Amino acid sequence: MATAHSKSAARLMIAPAVFVLLVWMLIPLCMTLYFSFADYRPMRGVFETWIGFENFIRFLTSSSFLSSLVTTLQMVGGILVITIAGGVLMALLLDQPMFGQGIVRILVIAPFFVMPTVSALVWKNMFFNVDNGLFSYLFQGLGFPPYDFLSQSPLLSIIVIVAWQWLPFATLILLTAVQSLDSEQLEAAEMDGAPALARFRFIILPHLSRAITVVILIQTIFLLSIFAEIFVTTNGAFGTRTLTYLVYQRVLESQNIGLGSAGGIVAVILANVIAIFLMRIVGKNLDN
Amino acid sequence: MARAITTQKKVMWTTLAWCFGLLMFFPILWTFLTSFKTEATAIADPPVWFLFDWTTQNYADVQDRSNYPKALMNSIIIAVGSTFLGILIAVPAAWAMAFVPGKRTKDVLLWMLSTKMLPAVGVLYPIVLLAKWLGVMDSRILLVVVLMLINLPIIVWMLYTYFREIPGEILEAARMDGAGLRSEILYVLTPMAVPGIASTILLNIILAWNEAFWTILLTTVDAAPLTKFIASFSAPEGLFYAKLSAASMLAIAPILIMGWFSQKQLVRGLTFGAVK
Repeated sequence: MATAHSKSAARLMIAPAVFVLLVWMLIPLCMTLYFSFADYRPMRGVFETWIGFENFIRFLTSSSFLSSLVTTLQMVGGILVITIAGGVLMALLLDQPMFGQGIVRILVIAPFFVMPTVSALVWKNMFFNVDNGLFSYLFQGLGFPPYDFLSQSPLLSIIVIVAWQWLPFATLILLTAVQSLDSEQLEAAEMDGAPALARFRFIILPHLSRAITVVILIQTIFLLSIFAEIFVTTNGAFGTRTLTYLVYQRVLESQNIGLGSAGGIVAVILANVIAIFLMRIVGKNLDN
Repeated sequence: MARAITTQKKVMWTTLAWCFGLLMFFPILWTFLTSFKTEATAIADPPVWFLFDWTTQNYADVQDRSNYPKALMNSIIIAVGSTFLGILIAVPAAWAMAFVPGKRTKDVLLWMLSTKMLPAVGVLYPIVLLAKWLGVMDSRILLVVVLMLINLPIIVWMLYTYFREIPGEILEAARMDGAGLRSEILYVLTPMAVPGIASTILLNIILAWNEAFWTILLTTVDAAPLTKFIASFSAPEGLFYAKLSAASMLAIAPILIMGWFSQKQLVRGLTFGAVK
């Protein structure tokens, strides 16, 4: 039984964590909210505290906002598709009996621990580079003309880089889920003559649904704020400007704080919509 | 009933899995190999695989680039500092939530998780402004605090899931025997919690080490860690693949090794206990 004494002690122990997170969330967020209604351009010495919803209207109606939204959805969607599909296949593969399973697992997981700036630069220079990249040699060897990945399909290139980083994460979590699968059920289905595809569709996939949901939730949160990979490869050019990147450019590059802050608030709202939506699914899954 | 696995099948799976494993690992392997080549060999056409004159010159060159040791030092201080500061704040909170759960414990936990979902760009300018105002722009202490705050929800959640696995009866017994709150924590809880705390520390050092939004945008020279140092290579400098590779290997090697040790904790730490 928790006594009243221990209850108040508990509150005291939680207080610092709650306090710092509250400060961290509230103060900057209120400042962003405040700036979002102001015309604030420090480079030009402009500071007008209240201009109503003008920043929001300008931000939301600009073509760069719509294209950044589309880019964000394509990027996050593309990465999710690759990592979930690849992760399920990889997890099932790693679950098979084999020699050196531990080592294979280490090899597969490794990309997740590579610093984002390192993986972006390694891919950009040593693989995608049109003159000296490995892919160019590969294309040459196969008789194709060299292809400049980062300027001809920049979005796909970034998707490849980030998917490479996150596939290990999806694999690892899905592998954990696959390993908790009741093998007797699978064997029974096999003996009853259920083909491999049916076993996958009706036993394995339903079992993995919760883990897949969790992977989608967590990856979406992290992927919405992809930054370094864009920063060192295209710097937001050639249709790779995501919402995060657009706001960053408005705030720090063109120093239009009012407009950028309005964009920041829009990003916060969108992220919250996704977060609530996804947390509900996870909550429901957790109750089952 | 265990199925008899034919060797043939096992060999087939082994081959397939190793192919995929090596494919995933290939960019790292290639970086590793390139780091031991000369710049000319690094871009040789056709590519050279293993048969070249291995040289460690690139590693020496990178070390000589005046800012590498500083960047390494900054990375270590920022990653370790933010993790320990986070642990200091999170351990009491997670302990209280795990052992003295109240009506709102779950709400508090979910709220903490929600702060993790706040997009960084939403608060970018205020943080820059506050940092300038406090005169801590481009300082290690700023990054220690900021990275602590962005990882605190994960630290609390991880510790919470570990602490919850400690049977409450043991604490009851300790309390019955007259142990106060202090000795309860010190002599009963701590020894049982050490493995969980260690795993949490490990995972969060990795996350902080690789964080590349705040570390790039809040530093210029003095506090720039390896993420920023490596990003400086994105400016074209002519033939630099071998040096880039050496710098990359130096930046990822320690974390790669730590990461392999913390595979299991990764699942727990980043899924907030939803997948075990």
